[in-house]
Amino acid sequence: MSVQTWTWILVGITFALYFGIAIWARAGSTKEFYVAGGDVSPLANGMATAADWMSAASFISMAGLISFMGYDGSVFLMGWTGGYVLLALLLAPYLRKFGKFTVPDFIGDRYYSNTARTVAVICALIVSFTYVAGQMRGVGIVFSQFLQVDINIGVIIGMTVVLIFAFLGGMKGITYTQVAQYCVLIFAFMVPAFFISMQMTGNIIPQIGMGGKVEGGAFLLDKLDTLHTQLGFNEYTSGTKSTWDVFAITLALMVGTAGLPHVIVRFFTVPKVKDARKSAGLALLFIAILYTTAPAIAVFSRTNLIETVSEQEYKEIPAWFKNWENTGLIAWSDKNGDGKIQYVAGNALSGKKPEYTEARGTNGERLISNASTAENELYVDRDIMVLANPEIANLPNWVIALVAAGGLAAALSTAAGLLLVISTSISHDLIKKQLKPNISEKGELLAARIAILVAIIIAGLFGIYPPGFVAAVVALAFGLAAASFFPAIILGIFDKRMNKEGAIAGMVVGISLMLFYMIRYKTGLWMTFDPRPASEWWFGTSPEGFGTIAMIVNVVISVVVSRLTPAPPKDVQELVENIRIPSGAGEASSH
Amino acid sequence: MSDKQKHASAYWKQNIKYLAILLSIWFVVSYGCGILFREELNQFRLGGFKLGFWFAQQGSIYVFVILIFVYVRLMNKLDKKYGFDE
Repeated sequence: MSVQTWTWILVGITFALYFGIAIWARAGSTKEFYVAGGDVSPLANGMATAADWMSAASFISMAGLISFMGYDGSVFLMGWTGGYVLLALLLAPYLRKFGKFTVPDFIGDRYYSNTARTVAVICALIVSFTYVAGQMRGVGIVFSQFLQVDINIGVIIGMTVVLIFAFLGGMKGITYTQVAQYCVLIFAFMVPAFFISMQMTGNIIPQIGMGGKVEGGAFLLDKLDTLHTQLGFNEYTSGTKSTWDVFAITLALMVGTAGLPHVIVRFFTVPKVKDARKSAGLALLFIAILYTTAPAIAVFSRTNLIETVSEQEYKEIPAWFKNWENTGLIAWSDKNGDGKIQYVAGNALSGKKPEYTEARGTNGERLISNASTAENELYVDRDIMVLANPEIANLPNWVIALVAAGGLAAALSTAAGLLLVISTSISHDLIKKQLKPNISEKGELLAARIAILVAIIIAGLFGIYPPGFVAAVVALAFGLAAASFFPAIILGIFDKRMNKEGAIAGMVVGISLMLFYMIRYKTGLWMTFDPRPASEWWFGTSPEGFGTIAMIVNVVISVVVSRLTPAPPKDVQELVENIRIPSGAGEASSH
Repeated sequence: MSDKQKHASAYWKQNIKYLAILLSIWFVVSYGCGILFREELNQFRLGGFKLGFWFAQQGSIYVFVILIFVYVRLMNKLDKKYGFDE
């Protein structure tokens, strides 16, 4: 059977499964809608958290990014896993004990202020929307690559699917769908990895194969280092970023992970404090399976890519190369006219993306109008590594199709989790808690459903008309979370003296500083000015790593301001003492 | 101070102690072994891996998982000791 038939079959089966679960797990109350009734088992919550967390970016892009970044890619590996240690030790148990529905709930009650609550809602919306836009685009890309439908139709199909299970089931539907999605995505990620590891190193476990030997007896990593050096790249295991920047980015990603509202809210769904701790551990275990495999895939695919294309005749090149060239993710221009592909260090293009002319060259390649003068002739988009990997390694068609189903599972599960946070922020934190406190249970549920509908439409529009800055901003969502929520929550638990003045000042200054740095050095401000160059970065900190500095500023300001203003009222101090003790958590409640 | 409050503050102190120890390990494996001292560690090898590189892309993640489960165990015991388990 062809790849496409296989893909339709596998995507069809998995989607039918998600629908089935959505109908089974309909939500009848706001509690079921917001926190799945608060009785999810730690194991199910661990899987759901893992699926929620591992987005299209983790599944599709991360291994590819690492394979081009080498050692520098470690920032994602450590950054996106280490945050769970912070989450498990510093946040999850206490927030579970606190026992409400949302992060702004905690901020609003702990800092006895609706202003603090509103600031938290705004931060949650900024973080979640920047994040969800990328997911919808991911859904569109998978559909267009594997099922040959238009990218926009892919986005619309994805929106419809998320809508059905999120609209009907709220958190309950999402949680149990995510459990299924975790199983699909991890299976889809591991199967090709086992195949390729076996092929290249003779060891089926990729984590071991990565450190194993290839044919000829050399270690795989040594061989890759040698290949890199020969072609003029940096050694794969060394990287190019400064030590400080690696440090700052890793910390910003870790702290940001622990501050992301759609991750935190998952720990409100388990019955007890004990379960919150345990499910954080299980979540990280489930995540670690993918995160320790990804660097292995990166090494395998990097080696495979170099060996397959370097100094090869274009006419002899395998079909996958030409397929991806046709979709615009690979470009080759025969600069020295020898008909062979020279893949060496340096940017093959002037500019970031290839600009194809309509014509074909003498070898049959798509001609581009923006080839650079550098010796390198090959442009490869980083996103294709995971998607193309099974093809590059000549794996069976059903494995290639499986990857498509896995990519969709990853993108849909994360999008659903984020959309729920957005709708909860509006129906619960804004409408119920501020605008219309006497709204009925039924009315709030209806508001939540309408909010999720609107959020999906907006997210879909972001996917169909992606503003240029979205891709750049997704990575920065972590910096925003690190600069705003993390300090406010941690200080709220561990510093009894922290008051509303301190927390609000810290959050406002932290997120503003991060937004300022982002716009100045990364995104620019639409038409008005271009981002400033890297040479002007503060202390050599990249915008991705700046969340670390913004977080420190937040903490310092919070502490100083809080000590200059009155202590929090007695009942709030008692609340803090109460959340430090695990017993008597009860159920998550709205009052 | 009532018994319950005494219990609560002793419990909290012990909890902070655990956190300090576990987070030190968290910091050392990732930021220490994986980033700050990776050049030094890269002189040693673990099979086909340079050691610093292994910590950055594999080892630190394994340690993170272990740390959380150790924490879960320690806290479950502590909850029992002070009667806060349920």
